Amino acid sequence: MTNPAVQPPASAYFITPEKEATEARTLAVLVDNEPGVLARVIGMFSGRGYNIESLTVSETEHEKHLSRITIVTRGAPHVIEQLKSQLDRIVPVHRVVDLTTSAGATGESRPIERELAIVKVAGHGEKRVEALRLADVFRAKVVDSSIEHFVFEITGRPSKLDKFVALMAPLGLVEICRTGVAALSRGKEGM
Amino acid sequence: MDSKADSKAPEMTGAREMTGAEMVVQALIDNGVTDIFGYPGGAVLPIYDEIFQQSEVRHVLVRHEQGAGHAAEGYARSTGKTGVMLVTSGPGATNAVTALQDALMDSIPLVCISGQVPTTLIGSDAFQECDTVGITRPCTKHNWLVKDVNDLSRILHEAFHVARTGRPGPVVVDVPKDVQFATGMYSPPPPSQTHESYRPKLSAEPERIAAAVALLAGAKRPMIYSGGGVVNSGPEASRLLREFVGMTGFPITSTLMGLGAYPASGKSWMGMLGMHGTYEANLAMHGCDVMLCIGARFDDRITGRLDAFSPGSKKIHIDIDPSSINKNVRVDLPIIGDVAHVLKDLVAAWKEAGAVVDREALAEWWAEIETWRARDCLAYRPSEDVIMPQYAVQRLYEATRGRETYISTEVGQHQMWAAQFYGFEEPNHWLTSGGLGTMGYGLPAAIGAAIAHPDALSVCIAGDASVLMNMQEMSTAVQHRANAKIFILNNQYMGMVRQWQQLLHGNRLSHSYTEALPDFVKLAEAYGAVGLRCDKPRDLDDAIAEMLDVDAPVLFDCRVANLANCFPMIPSGKAHNEILLPEEATDEAVAKAIDAKDRVLV
Repeated sequence: MTNPAVQPPASAYFITPEKEATEARTLAVLVDNEPGVLARVIGMFSGRGYNIESLTVSETEHEKHLSRITIVTRGAPHVIEQLKSQLDRIVPVHRVVDLTTSAGATGESRPIERELAIVKVAGHGEKRVEALRLADVFRAKVVDSSIEHFVFEITGRPSKLDKFVALMAPLGLVEICRTGVAALSRGKEGM
Repeated sequence: MDSKADSKAPEMTGAREMTGAEMVVQALIDNGVTDIFGYPGGAVLPIYDEIFQQSEVRHVLVRHEQGAGHAAEGYARSTGKTGVMLVTSGPGATNAVTALQDALMDSIPLVCISGQVPTTLIGSDAFQECDTVGITRPCTKHNWLVKDVNDLSRILHEAFHVARTGRPGPVVVDVPKDVQFATGMYSPPPPSQTHESYRPKLSAEPERIAAAVALLAGAKRPMIYSGGGVVNSGPEASRLLREFVGMTGFPITSTLMGLGAYPASGKSWMGMLGMHGTYEANLAMHGCDVMLCIGARFDDRITGRLDAFSPGSKKIHIDIDPSSINKNVRVDLPIIGDVAHVLKDLVAAWKEAGAVVDREALAEWWAEIETWRARDCLAYRPSEDVIMPQYAVQRLYEATRGRETYISTEVGQHQMWAAQFYGFEEPNHWLTSGGLGTMGYGLPAAIGAAIAHPDALSVCIAGDASVLMNMQEMSTAVQHRANAKIFILNNQYMGMVRQWQQLLHGNRLSHSYTEALPDFVKLAEAYGAVGLRCDKPRDLDDAIAEMLDVDAPVLFDCRVANLANCFPMIPSGKAHNEILLPEEATDEAVAKAIDAKDRVLV
């Protein structure tokens, strides 16, 4: 719920609620792997009021000291454009690519997006059998088990993971850990 | 911005061994620094020891680190060079934060070198420890914590490069004490700085320039809106702006930060725009059909109500920072590049295309503008008994006219009156806190300008409330013979706060009256400066002459009308054409003025 528009001139600022529809975008950000770089990126997001739905970071080119940050964010299109410029302005940021937009430009609906989850489920009898059967349907691997629990490893699009987790909830879901989205564009070109 | 003005040719000494503290001083020298502002403390003692043993860099001792920052900003803004401040760890660094954010918002090149506790103690809550790079991350363009003495010279040169190129801004280099003591290899600045991920774009695509020429040549009601980016781009940018305005005869207005880029005496000058801008500038912005925004950023004090901002215009926006494009106002033609580079190409393309303006439409447009101008929106009721604040600024302007004068301000009504009534003829002569609106900026900034230009006049137009925020710097001015003249428009109120309370909060003047002001004359004397007071309009000129003539810093207590308010004013949430005018600009006066104008036209 946004604040109702204050009738001018009661404020030192003109306050308008944001009315535009938001959309999710997946951004790939290539940065120098140096101390504090992640803080710069996420500090910019929180400082300017942008959303982070998912974030993954890892060094991708060791010799060049480059890390790749994948961020799923949500906002109105003009806000996302502004956000990308703000990212690009950070000194150790080399490149910012909007994978969602570039996928759209080549006629794809989305870039390749994958996430891994580890899911712990405990239970007995029917529920236990059902959990294992569903895990099989979702191509989740059993990575740990006892007669009272399973730990599944599952990879896929975030929506698939959401579905799997939702199905496990009534079957004795104990805890989950997700990596966040890793993403690449389709086709032979790099970013 | 203009790296030529800033860096002497680096001395090709080659790499050599020295301590970290020596490196700091050597890097300052190699980057063309002659003056720094600072305050010593435990974590910077090795650097201060090196400063003691050399004479190439002058150190100006301030009384508070915020003062060092604003003085360095005033120095930078008035010279086009990079300002440098040196502070200790912990409170030294936290006191610098306001100045850093101020420099960030107004794009002032500023290098802050801070001491830090030894690397082995970082994170242990050591004495005078704070997470300086963490605290200053959002208020700098970039910052560094140096953990290895062999990285120090590279980082210092990079810091200067980042601060003064692209959209200028503040940077912090945090140097732990053990790194200052350690010995390592120093390399001089590379002949040309290249950076893997930081490469500001200077020139724009020719197609965009051509598109701009086409739009501008087709304009019937053009308007140029210039900003601080023109000043930051260097003197050439202002020269080109003047050339372009001269070629086209287009009307020009400017933001607070851009005053002086186009001369106030220029034929096409319309005064400042925005919340306290002129009626004619704001109405012309509202009614124009092509807007050329040069190095300005559509700040909320400029645009007023966004959905009613210049509704009928095609907008061209020249800016070096891509994140300024489409941030608040969507523009039709973004041109990303340095103002001087883009204007050079624009002027050349205009000539090459043989572009001509629509003279007839332009004459009609100017005639309309003249009717707005005739309203005389800055009118105020003169008085023989009390000094009107506007009158005080006008008399100061007349007294300093023709002399090399740097004007700084604090923040509030006096700042707006200074912007409205002082005529700026050249860039880099107007020092004010625009974006952050920092009360306490003006006095130290005037000291910075006085240090940079000892033979010129440096005057701070101040308010009685703002000036107290960094009053301790009077001591700095006296110590360093920085003969800044602090011209206080004393109305005993926080005038701008009171004005808003009167207009928007039912005249409930909550804490905007200063119950116990010091005696500014005695205060000046206590500091070893000169104190002057004036409360009668007839005595004002003589008193101002005395202030300008005396060879010392001056606190001038100019007692002005207590309840004067600052007009015109666009209340927030209103559009440019809903501007409030002073009582003096009555419809009757306007009718008369317009009649007179029409007669002239006929």
